[in-house]
Amino acid sequence: MDWLALLQILDSTLRLATPLLLACLAGLFSERAGIFDIGLEGKMLVSAFLAAAIAAVTGSVWLGLLVGTLGSLLFAAIHGLASITFRGNQLISGVAINFLAAGLTVVVGQYWFAEGGRTPQLGQGQRFEQLTLPFAAEMRDIPVLGTLYAEVISGHSILTYMALLAVPLSWWLLYRTRFGLRLRAVGENPAAVDTAGISVRRLRFAAVGIAGLLCALAGAQLSTAEPAAGFIRDMTAGRGYIALAALIFAKWRPWTALGACLLFGFLQAVALRPALFEQTLGFRIQGQLLDALPYILTVVILAGFVGRAIPPRAGGEPYVKER
Amino acid sequence: MDRMPRWADVILIPLISLLLAAIISAGVLLAIGQNPWEALRIMVSGSVGSTYAWGYTLYYATNFMFTGLAVAVASHARLFNIGGEGQAAIGGLGVALVALYLPWPHWSLALIGAVVASALFGAAWAAIPAVLQAKRGSHIVITTIMFNFIAAALLNYLLVGPLKPTGTMETATAPFPEATHVPSFRDMFSFGETILFRGTPANVTFFVAVALCVLVWLLIWKTRLGYEIRAFGFSEGAARYAGIGSTKIIVVTMLISGALAGMMAINNTLGEAERLILNAVEGAGFIGIAVALMGRSHPLGVFLAAILFGILYQGGSELGLMLGIPREMIVVIQALVILFTGALDNMVRMPVERLFARRRARAPLSPPGPTRHPPGRDAAPTSTTPAAE
Repeated sequence: MDWLALLQILDSTLRLATPLLLACLAGLFSERAGIFDIGLEGKMLVSAFLAAAIAAVTGSVWLGLLVGTLGSLLFAAIHGLASITFRGNQLISGVAINFLAAGLTVVVGQYWFAEGGRTPQLGQGQRFEQLTLPFAAEMRDIPVLGTLYAEVISGHSILTYMALLAVPLSWWLLYRTRFGLRLRAVGENPAAVDTAGISVRRLRFAAVGIAGLLCALAGAQLSTAEPAAGFIRDMTAGRGYIALAALIFAKWRPWTALGACLLFGFLQAVALRPALFEQTLGFRIQGQLLDALPYILTVVILAGFVGRAIPPRAGGEPYVKER
Repeated sequence: MDRMPRWADVILIPLISLLLAAIISAGVLLAIGQNPWEALRIMVSGSVGSTYAWGYTLYYATNFMFTGLAVAVASHARLFNIGGEGQAAIGGLGVALVALYLPWPHWSLALIGAVVASALFGAAWAAIPAVLQAKRGSHIVITTIMFNFIAAALLNYLLVGPLKPTGTMETATAPFPEATHVPSFRDMFSFGETILFRGTPANVTFFVAVALCVLVWLLIWKTRLGYEIRAFGFSEGAARYAGIGSTKIIVVTMLISGALAGMMAINNTLGEAERLILNAVEGAGFIGIAVALMGRSHPLGVFLAAILFGILYQGGSELGLMLGIPREMIVVIQALVILFTGALDNMVRMPVERLFARRRARAPLSPPGPTRHPPGRDAAPTSTTPAAE
């Protein structure tokens, strides 16, 4: 494989891993607090739609992101209401949220723009541009490291850098703050947290809210960050589930989540260039196999053949104060 | 503990949930500038107003009966089989293989062959998640979701590759031979000059689905296995203490569930398309969740809820034709039904329970006779619901 092709693949890897990583961290916060969230997909979709729609109408991508975030937070609030306040089944709530998003984005999109569920094409200034990091041009000539910096690290949307920044931030928040300690405790043993006089409800709502926020960024990246130029129906295409898979793959930890998402992003990037792969390895690999690989890997991990993935203990169980 | 009469649990609460979903759906229709009454009228006449309409409604309902029963059976063991979509897709593969590669003398034999093949294939697809749950504790929801995607990728591969006849553009298998074509409602119910169900996909599989509703009812409430499944679902610990092996129950329940979902392929693949096409399941696996929730996991409830969703589905397509509302409106309604009957169940249940508790408290002294309340508990509890913190 020539060097330039590899750089291209790594560049796409980072771009494709961004929504996965943001959604994965969203799931991390939620599940660490004991709330299963299979509604990542739906929240991403809502945010992707609203961000693109508002950006197209107002011309401001930041306003789009804001409204997209509000939409995602609203869906997160529904999930919180169902699974925390009314102690409903968190999985079923997630399923409902995914369908609600899949349906509403198309119905409303058709009503607003009459383009079959699409939003209008976003032009210059209406989307998150590819940022050139400082010194990228100067470092381009330095072999290996310089080109890596200029071609792969530089030239992504601000959301990609926010996603990368979110990893150490999440780690710090979860493992180095009081809030994080309590949040993790509430996912393992909510009764203990309650006994300490800390509101289980409030903590879990906070976690679900953070998840909504991160999903909003993930969705906006899909629809409004270059080279994307607008929303198309069902544009998340299962990424919420891949993020869940990555979360399990990463065993519910932020840094490993980064690794898992980069791996799954890499698989997607390779799947986009089948010819290149064939030329490098000398044999053809089915694109469908690459599509299925994240899921197969997750099942293998879940089966415990390669290290055991142990979810937070209180995950999925509503907390009943004073039984 | 009966906090409220059984009819309230079985009929009143689903109805209130359904009403809430309907109100919000009407709100969505209003918001996109449509008249909800007009929409309702078109949905009803388009789904039950003629034998043509019924021919589609019952076809969809048949799909949902299979997937609804699949979710219902699993939920009796407190397993959430979200993998109906993948199991039904793989069931379709089974149907396609037997229909294409075995010589069938008559459709009735082909139907039996398809039942067996789709059930086996569907069950096989549920088997791995089941074993992983039972033996390794991998969460069945996640594994069945993953298997949905793996099934989609597998079918995608087979239908653009090995199973596609050379020279065709479509991602589908070759048409099934004539002898495997099962009778449609039109063939069965048209007499002489009067042709009913003209051009509709409803077919003999409907009766297979109805028979399965009865069989599942027998299984769950009249057999030892059904008792074990329910006991396991009620309390895993107690069931284990009573000598009911959890591995066996999880695996057997999921096999039955997967087989039921797989058998959906008899309807859409053998009965309607008469070849295996890509994305043949079209979300019916997920609608099964809504159907099972609505039907309270009881086969009769599943039957009724499947008909209701058939009406919704067919009515929804009419909406698209007549008013230009996207078909996805059905997905919105379906999501709301899942939300209110499933996730927000307690939101409806708590006030209703409180209402019944208050009524009972206000009622005069209970008539003489053995008290049904355990000792130490008030005969007429004033607040039976746990206080919402």
